[in-house]
Amino acid sequence: MAAVTSVGETPAPAAASRPRGMHASRKRRLNAFRYVVFTLFGLFFLLPMLAMLRFSLEGAKLGTWSGAAWKQIASYQGEGVPPLISSIEITLELAVITSVVTLVLLVPTMIWVRLRVQWLARTMEFLSLLPLTIPAIVLVVGLGPIYNRIQHYSLSSLMLFWIYVILALPYAYRSLSAGLSAIDVPTLSEAARSLGASWFTVMVRVIVPNMRQAILNALLLTCSLVLGEFTIAFLLLYNNLSVELYSISRNTPNAGVIFSTSTAALAFAFVLLLILSYAGRARRGRR
Amino acid sequence: MAVAATTETGARPARAGRRLSAPAWAGTVPFLAYVAVFLLWPTGIVVVDSLKNPNGSWAFANITKLGDPLVRGYFIGSFKLCVLSSVIGAVLGAILAYAIASGNPDGVVRRLYLAGSGVLAQTGGVTLAFAFLVLIGPVGLLFHASWFYSFPWGITVIYAYFQIPLMVLVFLPAIDGVKVQWREASENLGASAWQYWRYVGGPLLMPAFLGGTLLLFANALSAFATIAAWENQIAYIVPQQISTALSSEVGLSNVNVADLLAFGMIILVAIVMTGYALLQRRAARWLR
Repeated sequence: MAAVTSVGETPAPAAASRPRGMHASRKRRLNAFRYVVFTLFGLFFLLPMLAMLRFSLEGAKLGTWSGAAWKQIASYQGEGVPPLISSIEITLELAVITSVVTLVLLVPTMIWVRLRVQWLARTMEFLSLLPLTIPAIVLVVGLGPIYNRIQHYSLSSLMLFWIYVILALPYAYRSLSAGLSAIDVPTLSEAARSLGASWFTVMVRVIVPNMRQAILNALLLTCSLVLGEFTIAFLLLYNNLSVELYSISRNTPNAGVIFSTSTAALAFAFVLLLILSYAGRARRGRR
Repeated sequence: MAVAATTETGARPARAGRRLSAPAWAGTVPFLAYVAVFLLWPTGIVVVDSLKNPNGSWAFANITKLGDPLVRGYFIGSFKLCVLSSVIGAVLGAILAYAIASGNPDGVVRRLYLAGSGVLAQTGGVTLAFAFLVLIGPVGLLFHASWFYSFPWGITVIYAYFQIPLMVLVFLPAIDGVKVQWREASENLGASAWQYWRYVGGPLLMPAFLGGTLLLFANALSAFATIAAWENQIAYIVPQQISTALSSEVGLSNVNVADLLAFGMIILVAIVMTGYALLQRRAARWLR
C-alpha cells in the first residue's frame, strides 16, 4: 500500500514508470521467495506432526490403519505408573488452577502498582521476568526443601501449581502489562473514584473489563505452558502428562498410545492459541 | 458513608486515612511474599548450597570445581548445543519472519504461522522428541537418519523445531518496525537491494537479531524435557547432569554437585540475558 502511495506521489509521470516496473519485478521475486519459504518451513513443521499422527493410527501389522491407539487414551494402564487418563486429568486441573492463581496474584497487584505504588513498578517487572533468567532445571534444585515441607501436608501432584505459577509469571506479566499500557488506568480510576466507587469496584468493574483480551492472553499462555511442563514434575517425582508419556515410552517403546496422546495434546494447544489470535482480531475489529 | 469515602481519598485527608489503614504498598505484599517463597528462596538455596559441603560447612573453594574437567565437559556440551541451535534457529527464524512480515498483516498465513509459533515455541517438551523419532529416527517414516542419536547434530535438528518459532516471535516485531519509506528513500538515492541491506536494513535489524540469538541461546541452555526424552543414557549437557546428580549423588566428592552445576547455569544465563536486555534496548530505538 505504501508503495502505491509513493508511486502516486512521484511528481514527474515519466519517472513513475521506472519505479513501478522495479516494484513489480521485486514483488514477483518477493512472492516467489515467500512461497518457497512457507513451503519449506511448513514441511519442516508439519512432517513430524504428520508422522506422529500416522504412527498413532498404525494397526497391529505395519502399514495397516487402526484407531486402537486413540481409544486406548481413556483406558491405558502402563506398568508401574498410574492410569494415563488420571495424568491427563491432573494436568488439565493443574492448568486451570495455575492460570487462576496466576491471574489472582498478578492482575490486582499490577493494577494496584500502576495506580498507587508506582515506585514499585520496576521491582515488580524485574521479579516477574526473573524466572526467564532462572531456568526450571535450576529452580528445581533449590525447591527440594520447600517441597519436602509441602509434601508434609499433601502428596497430590496438584501441589505443582505453586511452582508453575512462577514459571508462568513472565509470560502472564508481559501480556497483562501490554493490556494495561493500552488503557488509561489513572483517568479511568479517577473517574470511577470521583463517582464514589471503591478501589475494589474500580478494579473489578472498570479496569478488568477493559483488559479482557490481555487476561485471555495470559490465561492461554499459562495453560499451554502447564500442559507441556516436564522438568519440574519429573525431578520432584510427581506425575503429570509429560512425565507419564516419558515413562510409558521408557517401558514400552513405540507404544501407539504415546503418539495419539501427544498428537491430541499438541492439537489442543494449537486450538487454544488459534482462539487467542482470532479473539485478538475480533477485538481490534470492533474498535 | 459515601461522603466519608470521598473525603478520605481527597488530597490532604489521605494522610489521615493512611495512618488508619495499611500503607498503599501493603497491597503488593501477597505477590512479593509468593515470589520470595517460590522464586527467591529456592534460588538462594542453590547459591548457598553450592558454596557448602554436604555436611553443611562453608566451602568457597567449590567454585573452582566448575573448572573440573568433568564439569567443564558438560558445560562445553551445553555450549556447543546452544550455539549451534541458536545460530541455526536465529538465521532460519529471521528468514521466516521476513517472509511473514512481507505479507498481508491480517492474512491467514500470518495468523497460522503466528499461532503455530506460539504453540511450537512453548512445546519443546517430550512430545517433540517422539515426533522426530517417528519421522527420522530408527523407526522413522521419512527416512532413518544415522545421525539421529549423534550429539550435537541430531538434537540440534530437534531443537530447531522450537528455536525457529521463538525467533519468529521475537524478531517479527523488529521487522514489522522497518518502514517502507527507508527502502524507498535508499532506492531514490540509487541504492541496490544489496546496498540497502548492507547499509540500511542490516544495521537497523542487527541488534534485534543478535538479541534474539541470545534469547534462543538462553532458551536452549535451560531446555531439558526434549533431550531427556531423546536420550536418557548418556549425559551430554548440564541439565541432564543436574538431573542425574539429583537422583544419585555421584561424581565429585565433597560437593553438592547439583547445586554447583545449577549455580554455574545461573551465572551463564545471567550473562546472556543481560546482553539480551542491552541489545533489546538498542533495538527498541527504531521500533517506536
